[in-house]
Amino acid sequence: MVVLVLWAGGIDIQAGRLSQGVVIAFINYANQILLALLIVSNLIILLTKSMASAARVNEVLDTPAEMADPERAPEPPAGAPAVEFRDVSFAYAGTGNRALEHVGVSIPKGQTVGIIGGTGSGKTTFVNLIGRFYEATSGCVLVEGVPVGRWPLRTLRGKIGLVPQHAALFTGTVAENIRWGRPDAGMDEIRAAAVAAQADGFIRRLPRGYDSPVERGGANFSGGQRQRLTIARALVADPPVLILDDAASALDFLTEARLREALRKTGRGRTVLVVSQRVGTVRGADRILVFDGGRIVGDGTHEALLRECAAYREICLSQLPAKEARA
Amino acid sequence: MKKRALPKQTLPRLMRAVGRSRALLLLAALCAAANVACTLAGPAVVGRAVDLMAGAGRVDFPALARALLLLAAVYLLGNGFLWLLTRLTNRISYRTVGRLRGALFRKLCTLPVGFFDHTQRGDTVSRFVNDADAVSDGLLQGLTALVQGVFTILGAVVFMLALNPPMALVVMLSAPLSYFTARAITTRSQKLFREQAAQLGRLNGYAEEIIGGQKVVAAFRYEPRARERFEKINAQLYRTGVRSQFISSLSNPSTRIVNNLAYAAVGVFGSIGAIRGTLTVGGISTFLIYAAVFAKPFNDITNILAQIQAAAASAQRIFKVLDLPPEPPEPPGALRLESCAGHVQFQDVSFSYTPDRRLIEHFDLDVAPGSSIAVVGRTGAGKTTLINLLMRFYDVDGGCIRIDGHDIRALTRESLRAQFGMVSQETWLFDGTIRDNIAYARPDASDGEVVRAARDAGADGFIRRLEKGYATPIAADGSGLSEGQRQLLAIARVMLANPPMLILDEATSSIDTGTEMRIQRAFDRLTAGRTSFVIAHRLSTVRNADRILVMDQGNIVESGTHAQLLKKNGYYAGLYYSQFSRGGV
Repeated sequence: MVVLVLWAGGIDIQAGRLSQGVVIAFINYANQILLALLIVSNLIILLTKSMASAARVNEVLDTPAEMADPERAPEPPAGAPAVEFRDVSFAYAGTGNRALEHVGVSIPKGQTVGIIGGTGSGKTTFVNLIGRFYEATSGCVLVEGVPVGRWPLRTLRGKIGLVPQHAALFTGTVAENIRWGRPDAGMDEIRAAAVAAQADGFIRRLPRGYDSPVERGGANFSGGQRQRLTIARALVADPPVLILDDAASALDFLTEARLREALRKTGRGRTVLVVSQRVGTVRGADRILVFDGGRIVGDGTHEALLRECAAYREICLSQLPAKEARA
Repeated sequence: MKKRALPKQTLPRLMRAVGRSRALLLLAALCAAANVACTLAGPAVVGRAVDLMAGAGRVDFPALARALLLLAAVYLLGNGFLWLLTRLTNRISYRTVGRLRGALFRKLCTLPVGFFDHTQRGDTVSRFVNDADAVSDGLLQGLTALVQGVFTILGAVVFMLALNPPMALVVMLSAPLSYFTARAITTRSQKLFREQAAQLGRLNGYAEEIIGGQKVVAAFRYEPRARERFEKINAQLYRTGVRSQFISSLSNPSTRIVNNLAYAAVGVFGSIGAIRGTLTVGGISTFLIYAAVFAKPFNDITNILAQIQAAAASAQRIFKVLDLPPEPPEPPGALRLESCAGHVQFQDVSFSYTPDRRLIEHFDLDVAPGSSIAVVGRTGAGKTTLINLLMRFYDVDGGCIRIDGHDIRALTRESLRAQFGMVSQETWLFDGTIRDNIAYARPDASDGEVVRAARDAGADGFIRRLEKGYATPIAADGSGLSEGQRQLLAIARVMLANPPMLILDEATSSIDTGTEMRIQRAFDRLTAGRTSFVIAHRLSTVRNADRILVMDQGNIVESGTHAQLLKKNGYYAGLYYSQFSRGGV
């Protein structure tokens, strides 16, 4: 471009129309324009890079929220069972694994239900559907007489206190983690929940007590301590339905026995579902559901199941000394 | 002006990392030199062309044409070299960053387990991704501009002095002024860039934690609180980002102002020279262009320095990890344990994770080869710690642990750990097929061996029922498989590896007792003649152990066989009988 300017300028100077100074100025202008064009082209490159990244972000943002979340809480019918399953089936997407098949059960309020069964028999899936962490593929799950799809998610999850299999804690202090259950809980309520969860003892022995830091995933606590903290977290919310998903697996028997005692005392009409591998844990429940291959194969008290359910007998035989198993 | 906080070594260290691509650097330098030569020749030709257009009717067209052709050629050549230069620096910068990332990853593999316990995973990942990116961006643009800039300054000085020393002096005095202006701004923005990188790491870490714990977040309706906290960190990042960008962007306008002042100075002095006859009008034009050309690198250098400093701030975060002490090196002459009989001794062992919480004190234990030891006790009583010490994830504070008579600290860690097969409380599966996960320790195992191991573990059944069987891909978080199924896979993994000693930490607590019985039988086959340590809460699995260690507060309070301990009617008995306490939940 400079070449053209000079050539044209030469012609004009020859013709007396321009002076050298103007030509110099023109060269300057030409350079400035080029510079600006350069910046624009750089911008285009940057823009292309940004668009590629933006597409990735949009991919996540555009993923439809899978569940419809109703606005208002419906009025639950009086006297409805706490939890009810009507012919529910479920398969996890993408695995073709039929986790639950035609499960039907009704759990009245205030009942304590033990849930026992083999690996992959559907126990955890069962409790996941109650809190609507997944949608049943067919059939209907009801909480307090209302299908879970009709409860606003916030309300539904407020009714369910979940203590998951894997004790999940987050960076923060012990008190903060327990407060997840209820953000407005005062220290008294936190302490009470911790006492019931058999956690208060070891917390008080920590150098900073309830203000002790929790590292990522609770790595600075032992497995049993983590579980007790998550139990405290669920308890502080005082939910009407408490679900313990194999939540005492890392606890020794003495601690677990004390925990059961504490839960019973603070029960107050709470519906409790205890998922466990141990007969000792579920044995004293009002009712035990035995899962196998995604179906409920046994439903009754410990004594009744010993008589009538082969699967349950087998489990007891392997865990209890022979004479107990025949009680 | 003193450089702040960034340790002195970061920049030179970064440069050294770059310097490894020596051949490319040389080539790049040559291209830069050639490009600069062309760039600087241009203004001289332009000046001559302007001189040839002395006035109306006095334009020398043929000479002008020649001059313009020369000019075109020079411009084309110059750009050609520039293009080549860009490609070379591109390659240099990506190679350097690639090496950094490789070094970082290798380093992570040698760091003691304690590092991962105490750092946020997302923050570490951020160093790989965001910080390495910042280094490569900074290097790429910085290098190109830096090399060019240096040559331009040198070349311009030479050209100008050759043409007209007094004018050269005018230009040379005014340009560096802009440099000092910009530098004052850059040192201030440097600190902000570092803070920005740190906050980005924090943001990453938080997001990773919350996303990883999604179910708990959903269960406790924590979403709004998580959002709030994220917003807070995000807002901090935003504020820091804006401030650092603002301050660093001040440098360009300020230098431009100084440049234009220089331009004016050239104009004034040049005109005086032209009037006095020491300089032609074309000469003025040449020097005006040189003034711009000469000033450009000074402007750019401050920008480049800012970029390089941002890159250095990120490089610093990467170097920090690279500099962490790895697991203490193997002592010279460390023994490679090929096979072992399984005789384990703990001699006066003391250990604690933190000095204020004593855990194990003066612990003695002698395990005969082939025996099975069950460790039970209250949670937090020191059981998992025992295992951490055996595997040398942590080293003892006092006393020593021996295997077959050798102090384990005198053995190479790799050979020590190869003697143990471990199934731990939490199963770790990775992104791959079921077969890949089982064959993790022995990738060259045949399909038959994999299936046999799976069958021994009791996993073959459910694997065959899956659509793709052994080729079924597992997501990194193992979703789609139940807890028990994952544990079975972990057990199959150990069975395939077939080690002489076993460590089972809560291994079977998530599995139904039916399956567990099958595994018990398989383990009995496996443990025959092998030393095994079982940390169990299921007293039923412990009943068959050769020896039971009951731990409390880090000490063994009782030891013996099941029958002996029951007869003692002490701590163990209490633990055992509480299994049958009546009273529902």
